Amino acid sequence: MTAYIIRRIAMTVPVLFGILFVTFLMKALIPTDAVLALYSGQVSEEKAAEAIAQIRAKYDLDKPWYQQFAIYVGDVARGDLGESIRTRQPIVDEIGYRYWNTLVLTFASLVVALVVGLSTGIASAYWKGTWIDEVAMGIGLLGISMPAFFFGLILIFFFAVQLRWLPVMNAGDWKGLILPAVTLGLIEAAPLSRITRASMVEVLSQDYVKAIRAKGLPERHVIFRHALPNALLSILTILGLQIGGLLGGAFIIEVVFGWHGIGELAVKAIGWRDFTITQAIILVSATTYVLVNLVVDILYAWADPRIKLG
Amino acid sequence: MSELLQVEGLKTHFQTESGLVRAVDGVDLSVNEGEVLGLVGESGSGKTITALSLIRLVSPPGKIVAGRVMFGGQDLLQASEREMVQLRGDRISMVFQQPKASLNPVRRVGAQIAELFIHHRGASRRAAMNQAVELLARVGIPAPERKALAYPHELSGGQAQRVMIAMALALKPRLLIADEPTTALDVTIQAQILDLLRELCRDTGTAMILVTHDLGVIAQTADRVSVMYAGQIVEERPVARLFDDPRHPYTRALLASMPVQGRVAPRLGAIPGSVPPPGRMPAACRFAPRCAVRAERNMTICTHEMPALYPVEGGVSRCWCDAPAEATT
Repeated sequence: MTAYIIRRIAMTVPVLFGILFVTFLMKALIPTDAVLALYSGQVSEEKAAEAIAQIRAKYDLDKPWYQQFAIYVGDVARGDLGESIRTRQPIVDEIGYRYWNTLVLTFASLVVALVVGLSTGIASAYWKGTWIDEVAMGIGLLGISMPAFFFGLILIFFFAVQLRWLPVMNAGDWKGLILPAVTLGLIEAAPLSRITRASMVEVLSQDYVKAIRAKGLPERHVIFRHALPNALLSILTILGLQIGGLLGGAFIIEVVFGWHGIGELAVKAIGWRDFTITQAIILVSATTYVLVNLVVDILYAWADPRIKLG
Repeated sequence: MSELLQVEGLKTHFQTESGLVRAVDGVDLSVNEGEVLGLVGESGSGKTITALSLIRLVSPPGKIVAGRVMFGGQDLLQASEREMVQLRGDRISMVFQQPKASLNPVRRVGAQIAELFIHHRGASRRAAMNQAVELLARVGIPAPERKALAYPHELSGGQAQRVMIAMALALKPRLLIADEPTTALDVTIQAQILDLLRELCRDTGTAMILVTHDLGVIAQTADRVSVMYAGQIVEERPVARLFDDPRHPYTRALLASMPVQGRVAPRLGAIPGSVPPPGRMPAACRFAPRCAVRAERNMTICTHEMPALYPVEGGVSRCWCDAPAEATT
């Protein structure tokens, strides 16, 4: 187990370097020269040329690419993500509090997704083919088919505009968390429910479930202590993908609800053409995704003792 | 010997897309305290479904549609599900054909045994674990403390079956149903497992229904034998009588198909034809189409009327040949 974890962590190191390299290369790939864009049309040509040279020197853009990359890696390692082209403020400060917000929203929506997804999935599997199954799977299909922003708008219309129970936009308190968390949670619950149902149906048909029932254990125990842990593996897989995606920023939902998270910042930064922020967000999101998957892989080994090493 | 279990007219049917399958169609069985009843028959004869019906664990679409299962003065088919949960594993337990597939792959074997003591006896986790280790030692698992912490995939097939037996006999049940307990194991292990089952049952005074297609296993282990064919019991006799003087033509054919040590047969007997498919079950005697006796004596009643179970020496036989004279007229 320990050897597996160490090996799995070692495997993520090259991936993290890959992410650094790709975000670094993005600079060369974007169609406009950020420095030129900054000064074009604002000052006289010779002054601009001088300023541009200064800026290039300041940001080490005059050095060879491998030196630039080494500097970039060093900065990131020290927690310096550079500064925003637009505001000249350190990006870390901006991303820091927004990352926390995204974390809060992710966690809250995950709670909703787990409660709704697992309970409907388990109930559907247990009462397979009955009306309970049909209803749960029908709603699940709706959840998978409906775009998140549309569902969010419907919730806003009912709970904020019509009933006036909750704020339309986030005002920074816990009330502002409910609607985006429920929206995201229910949308994420749909695939979770279907995966849970499918793997529970499979587990419940196994020989050992019959053998466990023959031992005279209460049905509750058979389902939650014996069957569910066996279904956990495929549930973990989809859960890892979902958490990774959510932590990378639920772009549209954050914008719709005015939630100041990573996703909203990304949309704004792209609008501002603020290259450095965009670059930093991609770096942070991708790294989060990799780390979440690392955790999921380690959880696999815990959930299924048969996994020696993938 | 007092009677422990009595099954009368048990019928378990499956409503499938291709029609109604009468997997168990009027089975009568009885088991006395502490005795070993062999339930023998070809695959597809309904043995396993009969066994599962006794503790009401037939999976849908299977449904018990008729009969009585008297156990401890109670008809189990009328008992509440709650009563059945209490009874399973405690007073009637079961051992399955595929030991490795019958253990939960993600839980340690010790914990899987221990939960019996926790749920049925209200034991503490710690006391239950100690009892589980003792049981593992009792069924001949080496280094039981260590094996209690093993996962099922770390056991061999024989060890897994020993664990299943430990679980089944943990609470000293009155009846053990063993469904082909040795079929999935190596021949060398089979005898050991059978000996272990018999020994432990004797120690705890547990009666056993041994379900198998293997007449060798029956000869070695059973006291009495019920022979099953196409969802019905066709003959029930003490084991020695059955082997010396089989009455039902199906039993005779079955015995003729078994190799006998020390006797060189030019060719093993095979029963012509095969078990009738569920949809085309003969209306009268189910064995009639394959029956050598009927063909030889040219009996017409066999294909027109279902024989009952008629008394023969030591037991019963479902054959018109054994019917009293007045029944056939």
